[in-house]
Amino acid sequence: MGIDLPIVWACIIGFGLMMYVIMDGFDLGIGILFPFIRGRDDRDVMVNTVAPVWDGNETWLVLGGAGLMAAFPLAYAIILTALYIPLALMLLGLIWRGVAFEFRFKADEHHKPFWDKAFMLGSVTATFFQGVSLGAFLNGFQMEGTRYTGSAMDWVSPFAIFTGLGLLVAYALLGATWLIVKTEGPLHDRLVHLARPLMLVLLAVIVVVSLWTPLAHQAVAERWFSLPNLFFFAPVPLLVALTAFLLLRSLRTGDPGLSPFILTLFLLFLGYTGLGISMFPYVIPPAITLREAAAPPESMGFALVGALLIIPVILAYTAWAYYVFRGKVRVGDGYH
Amino acid sequence: MFGLTALELARIQFGFTISFHIIFPAITIGLASYLAVLEGLWLWKKTAVYRDLYHFWSKIFAVNFAMGVVSGLVMAYQFGTNWSYFSSFAGSITGPLLAYEVLTAFFLEAGFLGVMLFGWHRVGPGLHFFATVMVAIGTLISATWILASNSWMQTPQGFEIVNGVVVPVNWFEVIFNPSFPYRLAHMVTAAFLATALFVGASGAWHLLRGNDNPRVRKMLSMAMWMLLIVAPLQAVIGDQHGLNTLKHQPAKIAAMEGHWENEPGKGVPLILFAWPDQAAEKNHFEIAIPNLSSLILTHSLDGQFPGLKEFAPEDRPPVAVVFWTFRIMVGLGMLMITLGLWAAWRRWRGTLYEGRWFQRFALLMGPTGLIAILAGWYTTEIGRQPWVIYGVMRTSDAVSDHSALTMSVTLVIFIVAYFLVFGFGTSYMLKLVGKGPEAGEDDPATDNDHPGQSPARPLSAAPDLSKEH
Ligand code: HDD
Ligand code: HEM
Ligand code: HEM
Repeated sequence: MGIDLPIVWACIIGFGLMMYVIMDGFDLGIGILFPFIRGRDDRDVMVNTVAPVWDGNETWLVLGGAGLMAAFPLAYAIILTALYIPLALMLLGLIWRGVAFEFRFKADEHHKPFWDKAFMLGSVTATFFQGVSLGAFLNGFQMEGTRYTGSAMDWVSPFAIFTGLGLLVAYALLGATWLIVKTEGPLHDRLVHLARPLMLVLLAVIVVVSLWTPLAHQAVAERWFSLPNLFFFAPVPLLVALTAFLLLRSLRTGDPGLSPFILTLFLLFLGYTGLGISMFPYVIPPAITLREAAAPPESMGFALVGALLIIPVILAYTAWAYYVFRGKVRVGDGYH
Repeated sequence: MFGLTALELARIQFGFTISFHIIFPAITIGLASYLAVLEGLWLWKKTAVYRDLYHFWSKIFAVNFAMGVVSGLVMAYQFGTNWSYFSSFAGSITGPLLAYEVLTAFFLEAGFLGVMLFGWHRVGPGLHFFATVMVAIGTLISATWILASNSWMQTPQGFEIVNGVVVPVNWFEVIFNPSFPYRLAHMVTAAFLATALFVGASGAWHLLRGNDNPRVRKMLSMAMWMLLIVAPLQAVIGDQHGLNTLKHQPAKIAAMEGHWENEPGKGVPLILFAWPDQAAEKNHFEIAIPNLSSLILTHSLDGQFPGLKEFAPEDRPPVAVVFWTFRIMVGLGMLMITLGLWAAWRRWRGTLYEGRWFQRFALLMGPTGLIAILAGWYTTEIGRQPWVIYGVMRTSDAVSDHSALTMSVTLVIFIVAYFLVFGFGTSYMLKLVGKGPEAGEDDPATDNDHPGQSPARPLSAAPDLSKEH
């Protein structure tokens, strides 16, 4: 076969994780925004905008994990071992936030505030440790051959903590711009006001990460600042600045509609592909390449058939589900 | 922690998280199909009782499903975090199977779940029914893939070992490995049984409290039909499963039977009660029926099958646990058959909805489906020890290099969080059950879901339990 299986699979996993960041990003963002929006009805509306779709959003994360195990078992084993603690904490956060979706509506009156807190803390924890895992992954792992020799706490580093905090801002902005699409009235206006400072903070985060990453990671610096790569990377800061500008401008109009959300997505897409290009061709920086970690072609090929046939179908019915629940969500819109 | 090694802690952690997980999928699988049947009957017969039951059980389903999803999320990562050597060795097989499960089942369930739970007024009845059916099919597909994966670990075939890793050579053989059809049939049936017992117990509870109405009667009646047919079927499937295990994992069968060694020319007794002693290689306090094990497993009175002493001590599973969990499962299975028969007899006499002893028994049997499922899995999984891939990789070679400290801390965190989260969840589920199905539940007439109409109720339309206080 003429297909370069490891590369194809890297793209599929990359796509799955990007879908995850985008889709679960905005529903995690809603939990992160809870401290800023206190009204009980407002919070109900916020949760109701994602209640029918959050489960599907999270499934992209499962696809990322399963795809990694299928295509790069060695990488799956090493990454998950090295990041055991932050990932376990992320999963615990996802547990709390996932059940809080249901329990918020089913709890007794005096338990409800508790589940609101659980929803918020769960979202914040899951997001923060996702960001930390990402930062720790970029930092690379201490390896001896194909064996992880670092300790359980190697992931703790200023850079990782910063990426954790940065992701909180990114998801909060995603959540806010999603809610701008889905809500109306005072809640809507409040979110438009929130989105502006969030955008500015996110811009600052992007600047810091873009400086910090090459400074701390020799290999990334070489990749960025060597010719001809520099020419490819040079437009990226310009695009980021342009997107941010458009976003801030769109927030000035009365109902900006979809555009802030789309622009935020584009911003995250830029950052995400930037990272992807910086990593390539390593799957575990700086020790193991995609090819070294790849599963036997029998496994990759078998799983590829399914992925190529089924992912389009999934995208189609996911789009249909979003279509069914289109439009603004109002106070009192039925949960079931 | 308590002097346990990292390996033991990893095993406890895996066993703990998967045991929690399986409880929810079992009910998800059963309820999803039950809901599809209810909605189909509603569309066909237009009798309100089916629609009311549908809305009632779909709320319970929603809570249960959420718990199934989040506990499952943890499982998908535990293979890498706790069993990294297993993953890098055999991920080439379990990975693609899990990937197919995600692609064909999890997305299907999740994609149509929203429409199923929230779309009653948003899509037409036909499309809504379609969504329910898709969710139900999704749960069954999910069981198929994960059980193919687990069964391959029990009875591996269709692979080679090249450069120290497993390389699949024949996917058909990998998926349709010898124990897979039996395990799939046995597990799906178990899920249906557990759900029928749960639904039946809810009906019985309401009758016991004097809350007698057509909806409660209907759910008890449907559950008892299910038990009558499926409980005996499960015993037959289980028997076939056992014969298959004898062929492929004889050490497990020997442990299940508490069978240490054969006596020349004599059949093997069926041991009803005993205390197997691994160190002394014998049973204490044995009560047995002569030759019955031979009859069940070899279909002749004096047939023999390998005893535990024929396996090296380091290749034997922990006998006492396997022996007892197996008896718990089979014992409960017998009680389920009894309940089904008792209900059938009462139905024939026209007294199905009376009789407090019958109702108390049905109530008590409520959790036994789940208990039998756990017992069955303990038998299967502990019975395959010390192997994680039977005859190919030992569990002790599969574990990640975490320290005992790391494993203890995460285990404690998992235990605390799980008991809190799932404790609350279960109590909410039981409260919903306790409310009972109401007539005209979520009737379109009282609906506030239509755009433009001013909201009739400030809070969500989900049952507000607080109103009862
Ligand atoms: C016989 C059935 C069965 C068994 C043995 C397992 N599961 Fe499960 N699982 C299901 C049946 C199921 C299900 C019925 O499909 C669930 C339960 C509730 C739900 O939402 O889907 C589910 C949910 C579920 C999810 C969340 C899916 C989503 O996002 O929608 C994941 C990631 C897993 N499982 C993974 C696992 C792993 C890694 C297992 C083994 C170690 C496992 N499950 C055992
Ligand atoms: C769903 C019901 C299941 C239950 C209740 C269950 C229970 C258990 C228990 C109690 C153990 C520990 C045995 C021991 O260490 O003595 C175990 C081990 C294990 N099981 Fe399962 N299991 C289930 C399903 C599965 C499935 C579907 C898979 C794989 C796809 C699986 C894979 C494993 C693995 C990898 C181990 C690790 C070895 C070990 O811990 O000893 N299990 N399981
Ligand atoms: C009544 C007679 C029954 C018999 C003879 C029987 C037999 C068996 C056997 C032999 C196994 C071990 C399979 C292996 O070797 O790995 C098993 C496993 C299992 N049993 Fe049963 N069983 C019975 C009833 C039940 C009931 C009532 C339930 C639940 C409602 C149940 C649920 C399970 C489960 C979940 C497993 C583990 C998964 C598997 O390996 O299939 N069983 N059973």
